[in-house]
Amino acid sequence: MSIFEYNGSALVAMVGKNSFAIASDRRLGVQLQTVATDFQRIFKIHDKLYIGLSGLATDVQTLFQRLVFRHKLYQLREERDMKPEAFASLVSAMLYEKRFGPYFVQPVIAGLGDDDIPFICTMDSIGAKELAEDFVVAGTANESLYGACESMYKPGMEPEELFETVSQALQSSVDRDCLSGWGGHVFVVTPAEVKESTLKGRMD
Amino acid sequence: MKLDTSGLESCSSVHLSNGFTAAPSFELPSSTDFDGFQKKAIQMVKPAKGTTTLSFIFKEGVMVAADSRASMGGYISSQSVKKIIEINPYMLGTMAGGAADCQFWHRNLGIKCRLHELANKRRISVTGASKMLANILYSYRGMGLSVGTMIAGWDETGPGLYYVDSEGGRLKGTRFSVGSGSPYAYGVLDNGYKYDMSVDEAAELARRAIYHATFRDAASGGVASVYYVGSNGWKKLSGDDVGELHYKYYPVVPSTIEQEMAEVTVS
Repeated sequence: MSIFEYNGSALVAMVGKNSFAIASDRRLGVQLQTVATDFQRIFKIHDKLYIGLSGLATDVQTLFQRLVFRHKLYQLREERDMKPEAFASLVSAMLYEKRFGPYFVQPVIAGLGDDDIPFICTMDSIGAKELAEDFVVAGTANESLYGACESMYKPGMEPEELFETVSQALQSSVDRDCLSGWGGHVFVVTPAEVKESTLKGRMD
Repeated sequence: MKLDTSGLESCSSVHLSNGFTAAPSFELPSSTDFDGFQKKAIQMVKPAKGTTTLSFIFKEGVMVAADSRASMGGYISSQSVKKIIEINPYMLGTMAGGAADCQFWHRNLGIKCRLHELANKRRISVTGASKMLANILYSYRGMGLSVGTMIAGWDETGPGLYYVDSEGGRLKGTRFSVGSGSPYAYGVLDNGYKYDMSVDEAAELARRAIYHATFRDAASGGVASVYYVGSNGWKKLSGDDVGELHYKYYPVVPSTIEQEMAEVTVS
């Protein structure tokens, strides 16, 4: 079994009208054994920038701590928050630093840039960026997520519809995956506010 | 459409000098470890199913329960598999391991039990039926069959329960659980088991054990079905979707904020 599938995960980010949503499952397992059902994989970098880290839980937490550290240094030096594009490049560079002994994660970055234009992107574990205009997925349920998003996504969704779409896509995908699920976590970010929700789901 | 039989013809043209035709054969894969190759090839075509099944004897008879998930690696291929197989109106078998192996050999056992009934004018005992299955499985030992089953039923001696597996093992007992979720099921079962239970209490224990196994074991899930075998034969008592069962057992209570952070007033 791949080390990326050791803990199990599901991650998705979607673009709406001047907004974005990022969602994950809540399971932390050791192979087939479910250990916790309140695990956090989506982290806030600043008010309009979020990162989700799928893959090995230990690397998820370590990498997040290093990213927070680097972002704080940037804030002190520049006296401003990082733009999503710049942050994506930072993550990419930090991952490639470990080219021959990588962090076993697949990040999903979502944020609002200048003029509140939404930005989403994903990467492999050694930092190859992949930008998208519609949605990005990662984790053990990625194949089901592609299928669900491909059929449910519509361009220019309002925040309410975006929440519904991303939640349904996540829920139906993790129901076809053994290693992810056990509830969900959704963030819908608009220029004015951030809506954070916890989803009830199948607990098997 | 014509059937393509070209693959079968390669050796049919081989004639021995005395005019006899050689038995058809095919080339073996070139491998230094042929047995290992064959074993791996068998594993590739077999959908390995994570499972939780359990069964126990109590005052009123035997309770049998199972989940309903079939998975291939991390992918859930079905949430509605029948893992409790009805051998005859007085006997049930459970399914863990290879789906095809279990289904086929339980059907085969059903046939043999019926033939026994016709020949001897009485139903076969659970002991006899389980031994028949164990002997068949033992004769195929080492050939890659994958079966982990419990034979539960009611015969002239009362309730009966046996564990039988493809390694040839056959155990008589009052409490068994088989499959990847069995450690979790045993935890609940051993903790709540009493011989003097009513049918309702026993059914609830079985259901709870399956539910807790599906919660912890990623390869178990779907529906928790519960069967009861009494002196009048088996009866399906329930089939509950585990997704709903969780919120029945553990309703979500809106969390109350015990203490709120307040700004410290600067004096």
